[in-house]
Amino acid sequence: MDWFELIVIPTIRSLVLIVVLLTGFAYLTWYERKLLARFHVRYGPNRAGPFGLLQPVADAVKAVFKEEVIPNHVDKAVYLLAPALALIPALIIWAVIPIGKGFPAVADVPIGFLWILAVAGIESYGVILAGWSSNNNYSLLGALRSSAQMISYELPLGLFLISILLLAGDFSLVNLVEAPRAWWEWIWLWIMFPLFFICILAETNRSPFDLPETENELVAGFQTEYGGIKFALFFMAEYINMITTSAIMATLFFGGYRLPFGIGGEIMPWLGPFILAGKVVVLLFLFIWVRASLGRPRYDQLMRFSWKTLLPISLGYMIITALLVVFFK
Amino acid sequence: MPELPFPLPTVQQVIFSMVAALTVFGALVVVLAPNLFHSALGLVAAFFGVASVYIIAEAEFIGVSQVLIYVGAISTLITFAIMLTRGMMFGATSPRNRQWGTAAIITSLTFLVLVAIVSSVPWPAVGEPISQGHEIIAGLGRAFVNEYVIPFLLLAMLLLVALAGAIVLARDYK
Repeated sequence: MDWFELIVIPTIRSLVLIVVLLTGFAYLTWYERKLLARFHVRYGPNRAGPFGLLQPVADAVKAVFKEEVIPNHVDKAVYLLAPALALIPALIIWAVIPIGKGFPAVADVPIGFLWILAVAGIESYGVILAGWSSNNNYSLLGALRSSAQMISYELPLGLFLISILLLAGDFSLVNLVEAPRAWWEWIWLWIMFPLFFICILAETNRSPFDLPETENELVAGFQTEYGGIKFALFFMAEYINMITTSAIMATLFFGGYRLPFGIGGEIMPWLGPFILAGKVVVLLFLFIWVRASLGRPRYDQLMRFSWKTLLPISLGYMIITALLVVFFK
Repeated sequence: MPELPFPLPTVQQVIFSMVAALTVFGALVVVLAPNLFHSALGLVAAFFGVASVYIIAEAEFIGVSQVLIYVGAISTLITFAIMLTRGMMFGATSPRNRQWGTAAIITSLTFLVLVAIVSSVPWPAVGEPISQGHEIIAGLGRAFVNEYVIPFLLLAMLLLVALAGAIVLARDYK
């Protein structure tokens, strides 16, 4: 009984989630390549299957059947551990994201918020370990950049999350989605969304903040010594992180699995995951749009922006939010 | 479910054993690894293990805070610092110096004393689980701003002083 409830059911739920996420990852690469091609006025992948839909499958097969190369000069245990550690945080964050009424992903814990913050904190380990164990200056520089960048952008991110927490007054993400919000709360939240999105871009190492892997100065940064399926795991971690953070943003800012104005939610609870998926696809478009439009800043600009612009703004935002909550709620 | 002749280990026991093994393994790596970076990683594993023990004890808030602060912030800074000090990075530094024997004796004695104390104190057992996680967090917050407001403020002052001190130390005097 105990075993069944505590081990078997969560395992099945997690497996379903992982399969869905991996499929999502595969088709996110297709989505990104197609969209980037559109932004560049090209066709994009169009050979494998209709509209190139089988391209992700071909890529996966290629990555799996590549020869396993482990360079001689690496620290082997850490080198092999790093890709796994990069991928795990991206997946376990899903434990607390509510995907529909009545079926929270794996667990509806009362500390969903903190869980997100904590997992965001450990996300940099995969990159740091990869950079260190590769025993290569380019990798090391990439890893150093990455950890400095993640630490710097975690601060404003955490402060923004605390502001959302102040507004919600509850650590549980399910309650956050279910609780009704006043109109000024929505507007106040959406004012913050662009800044939050910038922090997320930096946290996920996405362009224009992909300085840990700038190909024109660091070869491929922390991934330089990785090939085959190990490289694919890093790639997977980055893309699943995009999906995960999109889902978090949809949950925090756009009502998660609920339709606006409460349409349909009560009648068809099974629609929840699909609504969430729709919102995620729209937010992913935002990621790709930014990548296609913006150039990469210099490293000092990146750091200065975080410490001298985002941090004061987020502190001020938090104070104003606290005052709003005290006086209007 | 039919009664078994011997008690099956409960899920909690099995998970606890695994977590405890991880914690001890991590702690051993910290003190025994010849490479400083491996020691730092062992520390991360040990912190994780401790956090999991908190979570098994249904103190999720403390467990996740442990991950947030120790694994997410402090250990990241430690690895960061090691990566910036080139000499320590790849060279094997010996984990033992002349005093390792003395240190071993003192730590094992401390361990024995701790075991003796922990096993002799009649710990108050909670009969039923505390109802709601939310209540625990709210209670913690209320305790901070009511009964324990002075220690809380003192702690905040201490952190502020440490922060200012770090800035003063790190400043580039021209």
